[in-house]
Amino acid sequence: MQKTDVVVIGAGAVGCAIARELSKYCVDVIVVDKNEDVGGDASKSNSAIIHTGYDATPGSLESQLVVAANPMYEQLAKDLDVPFKKVGAILPAMTDEQFEKLPEIKEKAFKNHVYDVEFKTGKELLEMEPNLNPQVKGGLVIPRESIIDPFILVQAYAENAYANGVKFMLNTKVTDIKTENGAIKSVVTTNGEIQTRYVINSAALYCDEIAAMVGKADYKVVARKGEFYILDKNTSCKVDHIVLPIPTKVTKGKLMCPTIHGNMLVGPTAEEQESKIDKSTTYNGLESIATDVRNLVPNVNLKDTITQYSGLRPNRNPEGLHFDMYDDLKGYVNLSGVRSTGLTLSVAMGKYVVQQIIMHGEKLKLKENFIPTRKGIVKFSEQSREEQERLIKENPLYGNVVCRCETITEGEIMDAIHRPLGAKSVDGVKRRVRAGMGRCQGGFCGPKVIEILSRELKVDPKEITKHNQGSNMVVGKTRD
Amino acid sequence: MEKLIICTVCPRGCHMTVKGDNGVVESVENYSCPRGLEYAKTEFVAPVRILTTLVKIDEKENELLPVRSNKPILKSKIEDCMQVIKTTKASLPIKRYDVIIKNVCDTGVDIVATKDLK
Amino acid sequence: MYNLKCDVAIVGGGPAGLAAAISAKRQGAEKVLIIERDNSLGGILQQCIHPGFGLTRFKEELTGPEYYGRFVDEANELGVEYLLNSMVLEVNDKENTIICANSELGLTQINAKSIVLAMGCRERTRANIVVPGTRPAGLYTAGSAQRLINRQNVMVGKKVVILGSGDIGMIMARRMTLEGAKVVMVVELMDCLAGLTRNRVQCLDDFGIPLKLAHTITKIEGHQRVTGVRVAPVDQNKKPILEKEQLVECDTVLFSVGLIPENELSKKAGIKINPVTNGPQVNQYMQTSSPSVFACGNVVHVNDLVDNVSKESEQAGKYAALYAMGKFPQATGMAKCITGENVRYLCPHEIQLCDESQKVTLYFRVLRPDQNVKLVAVSGGEIIASKKEFRVSPGEMCSLAVETSKIANGEVTVSVVKEG
Repeated sequence: MQKTDVVVIGAGAVGCAIARELSKYCVDVIVVDKNEDVGGDASKSNSAIIHTGYDATPGSLESQLVVAANPMYEQLAKDLDVPFKKVGAILPAMTDEQFEKLPEIKEKAFKNHVYDVEFKTGKELLEMEPNLNPQVKGGLVIPRESIIDPFILVQAYAENAYANGVKFMLNTKVTDIKTENGAIKSVVTTNGEIQTRYVINSAALYCDEIAAMVGKADYKVVARKGEFYILDKNTSCKVDHIVLPIPTKVTKGKLMCPTIHGNMLVGPTAEEQESKIDKSTTYNGLESIATDVRNLVPNVNLKDTITQYSGLRPNRNPEGLHFDMYDDLKGYVNLSGVRSTGLTLSVAMGKYVVQQIIMHGEKLKLKENFIPTRKGIVKFSEQSREEQERLIKENPLYGNVVCRCETITEGEIMDAIHRPLGAKSVDGVKRRVRAGMGRCQGGFCGPKVIEILSRELKVDPKEITKHNQGSNMVVGKTRD
Repeated sequence: MEKLIICTVCPRGCHMTVKGDNGVVESVENYSCPRGLEYAKTEFVAPVRILTTLVKIDEKENELLPVRSNKPILKSKIEDCMQVIKTTKASLPIKRYDVIIKNVCDTGVDIVATKDLK
Repeated sequence: MYNLKCDVAIVGGGPAGLAAAISAKRQGAEKVLIIERDNSLGGILQQCIHPGFGLTRFKEELTGPEYYGRFVDEANELGVEYLLNSMVLEVNDKENTIICANSELGLTQINAKSIVLAMGCRERTRANIVVPGTRPAGLYTAGSAQRLINRQNVMVGKKVVILGSGDIGMIMARRMTLEGAKVVMVVELMDCLAGLTRNRVQCLDDFGIPLKLAHTITKIEGHQRVTGVRVAPVDQNKKPILEKEQLVECDTVLFSVGLIPENELSKKAGIKINPVTNGPQVNQYMQTSSPSVFACGNVVHVNDLVDNVSKESEQAGKYAALYAMGKFPQATGMAKCITGENVRYLCPHEIQLCDESQKVTLYFRVLRPDQNVKLVAVSGGEIIASKKEFRVSPGEMCSLAVETSKIANGEVTVSVVKEG
């Protein structure tokens, strides 16, 4: 049986951030995830925003963590080489009724210690964001709302944790957790049993099922679907800021914002559903986004859509972000209700969890040789001509452009496959280097990516999957 | 027996009606040119098609040789021909129009390569 | 940076680029260089192993490889040069330079006297037409499935539904059936066929594959691999009637929902793009808004037949050569080509007039199908050209030739009108 100190269940943003934080200390950590790749669920389909927490419930754990996390990203993005940009958010009021709500929103921001929210006139907002609905009466600007590459953030946490000794067991499902004398004993998985002192449940959508294994399921996860559009980089109507609607009692509403790679993101919806796996987009959802966002940005051109997708927020009932440790179950840490702010608060949650473990009596010693930084995959298209020249000279595969929409080279795809915790699937490649994320959606590069994966992983093309087991891209050979 | 045949000789796409029995044409209606008339008769009696497909290459695992029938093949024979073609292997080098299968399924038609391959 | 010099540089070695190169060489350009991103010439025709090419040009029915093979042979005989595995990163129309990436040469700069854009087109995707549902494996554009099956020896699926009755979709229905897959149905949003009638007969009817006109896919199902799609009829406004939705089991969906000219390079170079065709605005010489840059083939407008592509590309090659040699015809005036009744777009978009009269062929597509019509070109209130057509459809290109000497008032309007 494998032995470790901590098992983290779930390799999403929060799980990987916790693993990375733990890797600063002399402690053995294994991250277990049922998916074939890190960041494989809620962390890959969200709005990719690093929030400030201006609209959180003041005094809540979520407020504390989000507000603390936001300022950490500037340095974190540098350390871990994650694309990140402080673009700021605009909250425009289109009606008198909305306009009257602005002071209340600003006041709430103050209660959350977000002091840099500023009031702007309609004219000022239109100067900042010319594509805004000209009826805008005024609004708020929240300067530190930012955008990030959510895939790379999780990969970066994971790769850095890995570099500092954390083990990852992917394609591994937790089937049971064994306890003994009121303490965690081991985690049973589809790839064997792991003896451990701690279990950190950051299984998001499935955290209630994990909690049930130790009899701590006093809540139920309710999936809340959010549908999105991604628009072409060349779309006729763009915005430079995160444009948010004034929230109603029911919903935070649908926004439009740039992605860190220059596309436009439009959405999301918010529909609760029974299923934890159904991520289908719907006519109703997509239509409601179109209607609502045109209110903010009337000329948004959804004909320039390159993809639509949806994600499931792991909401819980009763509501709210929860962190729980138990006197009668030593070594068990339960995280639940990590919703749309999960990506933002991940970095703070890592620190919070470690601190809580220390406060519960665990003696953690800092490592002498912790590696604080991680280098990402070099993006050929973003280099100067001289640097491109040098890259090809050093490795001719950088001269083979595989994805024409995003100008992604074979050199980058090779790096994505062969780096630690590298890509094993077509989506794994896509989320690391963006091959297939452009306007043709893999029409041209898809066949080549299958060929490269098959060659590099030394498996038959029919073993190559889109994402998880069973998602095989092709069924065999035309001619055997 | 009556059969509607859409002409594929030119983009005009005449919808022709052929009447007849046991492979004998009695009448053709709504054709516009002699080529169309000929096509309608052939389609009624014994339709033919150019068959294009791929042949496995001995020396290459992930590449196939595109081939065609050098003349139209009886439509009714296409499935039989495919069975033979699927089990055939070609060897490099290959020149365009090299015969890959001679007189496939006794149709009097050859399967030939449509491209050069080294 | 590695440097190359040439008279005419051609971006793309598919049917358009090959025809342009041959024509430029024949016109007398000394050094003609094709820059191709693939590892061989021929472009998309390399995967089009089916027949139906060359009927107009060669008066015989050729497959894709035979068609481009003839052009490659001719290009080789004439001494056309080419760079393979080379992706063009930048076209600079002011300096007449092209920068491309190549594994062996590194970054390469090509200095030319004129440039021909022949990058072809790409396929529209699921997102361009909004098909709700999940995002499992087994969703392909018809063209990428064609590449996998025909060029990579990889079979994409066993039970297939095809959305769109365009030519590639229908041809893939036959290909996959011949290779042992079951094509359950072809679903078409419009109430008429999108591609050529002959393809319906030979690719669908021959194999008993049902064609569902005025239907669409309303949902894709399956979490890992596709397990099925929901198909529903549409009303007159093309809105699906969801009450009539039916589940169709399949493991693969092919999208054959149209092509878009691939103009990222043209746009970056600042070349004027026509909003209807999504391709560069050109005159009868296939010259773009940038005088030294020419464009031809599907990068300008999506053609139905490759024979037409070759013809218009020869024009581009010829005039790119004349431009490079300093012998380009002097214009004395300009006429705009204007779309009239039932004409979606015209190519060329404008005609340069010179002292000598020329015969210029205008290519165009209609907006809706019709029968017993007349194609009419009017200039200065006079009919300057006309031609009868028994049948026109949006899927097939129309053409009409006009004498430039007959053009008055600087414009010519083309209409498709009922006869009589």
